[in-house]
Amino acid sequence: MEITGAEIFVKSLLKLKVDLIFGYPGGVVLPLYDALFQSMKPKHILVRHEQGAVHMADGYARSSGKVGVALVTSGPGATNTVTGIATAYMDSIPIVVFTGQVLTALIGNDAFQEADIIGITRPCVKHSFLVRDVNDLARTIAEAFYIASTGKQGPVLVDLPKDVVTNKAKFEFPEKISLRSYKPTTSGHIKQIDKLADAIAASKKPVLYVGGGVISSNASDELRKLARATSTPVTQTLMGLGSMPSSDRLSLGMLGMHGTYRANMAVTNCDLLIALGARFDDRVTGKLDEFAVNAKIAHVDVDPTSISKNIKCDIPVVGDLKDILKKLNASVKTRKVNWKSKSKDWLAQIEEWKLANKLEYKKKKSVIKPQFIVEEIDRITKGDAIYTTEVGQNQMWAAQYLELSKPRTFLTSGGLGTMGYGFPAAIGAQAAFPDKVVIDIAGDGSIQMNIQELGTAVQYRLPVIVVILNNGFLGMVRQWQQLFYERRYAYSCIEFQPDFVKLAESYSALGFRVTKPEDFAPILEKAIKARRTTIIDCQVDREENVYPMVPAGAPINKMLLA
Amino acid sequence: MRHTISILVENKFGVLARISGLFSGRGYNIESLSVAPTLDATSSRMTIVTRGDDAIVEQITKQLNKLIDVIKVIDFTSEDYIEREIVMVKVNAEPTNRAEILRMAEIFRGKVVDVSSKTYTIEVTGAAGKVKAFIEMIKPLGIIELTRSGKIAMSRGRKTLG
Repeated sequence: MEITGAEIFVKSLLKLKVDLIFGYPGGVVLPLYDALFQSMKPKHILVRHEQGAVHMADGYARSSGKVGVALVTSGPGATNTVTGIATAYMDSIPIVVFTGQVLTALIGNDAFQEADIIGITRPCVKHSFLVRDVNDLARTIAEAFYIASTGKQGPVLVDLPKDVVTNKAKFEFPEKISLRSYKPTTSGHIKQIDKLADAIAASKKPVLYVGGGVISSNASDELRKLARATSTPVTQTLMGLGSMPSSDRLSLGMLGMHGTYRANMAVTNCDLLIALGARFDDRVTGKLDEFAVNAKIAHVDVDPTSISKNIKCDIPVVGDLKDILKKLNASVKTRKVNWKSKSKDWLAQIEEWKLANKLEYKKKKSVIKPQFIVEEIDRITKGDAIYTTEVGQNQMWAAQYLELSKPRTFLTSGGLGTMGYGFPAAIGAQAAFPDKVVIDIAGDGSIQMNIQELGTAVQYRLPVIVVILNNGFLGMVRQWQQLFYERRYAYSCIEFQPDFVKLAESYSALGFRVTKPEDFAPILEKAIKARRTTIIDCQVDREENVYPMVPAGAPINKMLLA
Repeated sequence: MRHTISILVENKFGVLARISGLFSGRGYNIESLSVAPTLDATSSRMTIVTRGDDAIVEQITKQLNKLIDVIKVIDFTSEDYIEREIVMVKVNAEPTNRAEILRMAEIFRGKVVDVSSKTYTIEVTGAAGKVKAFIEMIKPLGIIELTRSGKIAMSRGRKTLG
């Protein structure tokens, strides 16, 4: 029996066990929406702006490990997804974005609501498809999910012309996908793994440098095992946070521009740097010529292009981290090394660095320090929550002061640095985990970039809590202007703001304002109990800075400490 | 250093844009590019001539391999390979230089592919060096128009791209 492309679309999603779509209807996707409406499955969340839909799909994917799905119409609907797609691309997040397209016969004619979204998104997708024949639809959807979720994960866009979803075909869904041109490496080369184990055994000052790859391949347990078995200290990138508990004695915290003193000193002085699913980003390495100059570099990554891209690698291992770390743990076990005594001096040195400069700020009774708010969130939720951030100071304080202990609980736009990411991502995570506490740590600048999604959160009863660290500035911009532009605060002061409490109330959400440090904890506790969408507007110290800080282009051991 | 890279790709919508976009987006340069379907119509073969140090060319081949529609990539530079380009040159054919043009064509084993009362069009194939030398020699005689293909290349012996 032949069915329409729209019905094939719905059936394919159900075959792929998609339970939730974030989307926004429009002209050419009406057939798809009609089919979704009649099937009632998967569930659909109506957003307020297409960028929000993609960030929600992204937050859903990061928190659950499943592929996130967004559905939008052609033209402006499609172009509004670009920032969301680029965000997911830079952080290797598996999402599939379906865009409507005008009739195949009209493509290229500047038709109403036509945009060449395949062309527009080409540099920021893992792959994209324009489906031209309804007979290819089911297979293309299956391939899109396969490509998004395997190898180095990433966003895949599927463009669906209106006639493709109204034409009819037989529904034949491929049970297995095999592409001759796409065969991601999964298992690591055993000789390289043994070579890495040898290098760890021979090193005196090793450091594990862990990125988001460990989280996407669900390899946190294997990482912890490796670190503990070999007494190797671990530093994490922004994307790697949660893979190793911050409280672990081997944890050095984050490295890089706003990394801890001990992490940056350890990386600068180590003799073996083992990068796991990290990509030597400029915010991590600082001045490349002076990054870990005395160290042998080992790099384990599923993406060969990451290896030796910025820093020449001595021991490359390509493949899935979970598989490789399992084999590495087995290989390390066979080495006759007294790991504890081998690492004693190195760990003692790191302890010295830790004592020399801890993450700290001047606590005050009269004024709310933003770091204090993050510490209070941490104390009250005890790590049992999903945290998202916006971008800028709020993001860095969250990264520094949350004691993260679990993977997939810290969602942040690392690569692209997308302001406006945190709130919709929190909604996506909350939709994936309705019973969890989900908190967006925001700034007053970022939150206004996707504030319209309050409507989505309230409509679907998603009790996301937004904590605004409100300093009336684009804080990180202001910090750079203070430090590097002689305090000329060019257009970084937000001189007019909405009343965030009233704004929340107008959306039937809860709104609170905090002006004294001691008021925050009871309000957060109340918000958590209320299980309603909430905004907590915290009036924080206006000119607090994020420290330590490595000025752009400086080596990472040259930190501004306060 | 100059590198000649051959790429076997799926013969699908937009593949050329993905490849040229990769080069422009990452700041690699393309000196020449040629593309056509292979014996198997579902795949195409591209040959790109690019420039860069070892690290850049390593990135180029890795990035190409990362594209979903790329089946195989060969960098010929460290290999024994054959390369060919083709050029067509329309030359001003005056009674005084007609003989000289034909002599040049003969020396470079070129062919006259079009004749008019005022012009000769000569086709020459060969490695890049030969084509370049031919153009240099014919230039003083008065080139009216010139079109030159990108390079195509193939390994010597039994080795194939796929």
